[in-house]
Amino acid sequence: MKTFREEKNFSWCPGCGHGIVARLCAELIEENNLRDRTCCVVGIGCGGFHHHYMEIDALEAAHGRSIPVATGYKLGLPDNFVYTLQGDGDCASIGLAELMHAANRGTPITVIMVNNGVFGMTGGQMSPETLISQKTPTCPFGRDAKLHGNPLKVSEMMQEMDGVAYLARLSVATPTLVRKAKKGLAQAFKAQEEKLGFSFVEILSPCPTGWNMKVVDSYQRLAKEVAEILPVKEFINKVGGES
Amino acid sequence: MKKNKTLVINSARCKACGLCIHFCPKKALSLCGEFNDMGYNFVQSDQELCVKCNTCGTICPDVVLKVVED
Ligand SMILES: Cc1ncc(C[n+]2csc(CCOP(=O)(O)OP(=O)(O)O)c2C)c(N)n1
Ligand code: SF4
Ligand code: SF4
Repeated sequence: MKTFREEKNFSWCPGCGHGIVARLCAELIEENNLRDRTCCVVGIGCGGFHHHYMEIDALEAAHGRSIPVATGYKLGLPDNFVYTLQGDGDCASIGLAELMHAANRGTPITVIMVNNGVFGMTGGQMSPETLISQKTPTCPFGRDAKLHGNPLKVSEMMQEMDGVAYLARLSVATPTLVRKAKKGLAQAFKAQEEKLGFSFVEILSPCPTGWNMKVVDSYQRLAKEVAEILPVKEFINKVGGES
Repeated sequence: MKKNKTLVINSARCKACGLCIHFCPKKALSLCGEFNDMGYNFVQSDQELCVKCNTCGTICPDVVLKVVED
């Protein structure tokens, strides 16, 4: 595989879901022959290392600003393929406004939000996606809905927007879900290639370090507790393919 | 003709997270007593038990495992 740089070991913690997402992206870029015209725009956070392991063009945007950078790239080079790779802190917190307006405008880019429920890189602090009663350094007694609000259902927020061509919440919790995630991601890429509009995938992913959990336990939490609140679901598919 | 499949392990990349061991339906994987350059006691397989289903390769977060056909 030309896209993936196998000689470079991932810098992520053992068990980190970012590695699975990077592999799926590299496989899809390779299988769809997109490498020569792909640009990945990464956000700030652990996901910001994503492009280090691939032979593709990449841009590193300021925190939360991958979507405007990707929008500019796509306007300049409309036949190229551009996707953003952002954490939930980057995409759903500081970058939420950019996300909502790009979706509403139907900007033909693909946004991948790796949702691990915390600010991984800075030490596992509460993000908009942290679950109720989950403890983090910034909510040491657990997230409290009255004080901090409920986990933000970012995918659901876009389901009424006409500009959105593909919208799904995926997960890497089990091998079956990883296979399903690849299919969903393939549909999102296709939505952009067929110029159908904005495409968004939220990928539920573990941060064993930030969650203070053993790796296997973190995948089980992802499959059960996280998916109960944030269900794996395809909301919009204007591509019409199997996913 | 039946294709010959092999499970290839790039042990230099393994971080001994244990996910592949947990998900392997045949209990064909285990951590070995040796360490790679990153200091992890990497995964080894029992090729007799392995049915080359690639479940481990699907979940491995570090692209260590791959079933290849020849
Ligand atoms: C403008 C700005 N504010 C804050 C930071 C500090 N910072 C670095 S990474 C990060 C959050 C990363 O969390 P997330 O986007 O969820 O990604 P993860 O590390 O979990 O993959 C923050 C707040 C920054 N770099 N720039
Ligand atoms: S801190 Fe969390 S998100 Fe960052 S590399 Fe480690 S496990 Fe992954
Ligand atoms: S899943 Fe990958 S990194 Fe984890 S123990 Fe198995 S081979 Fe090693």
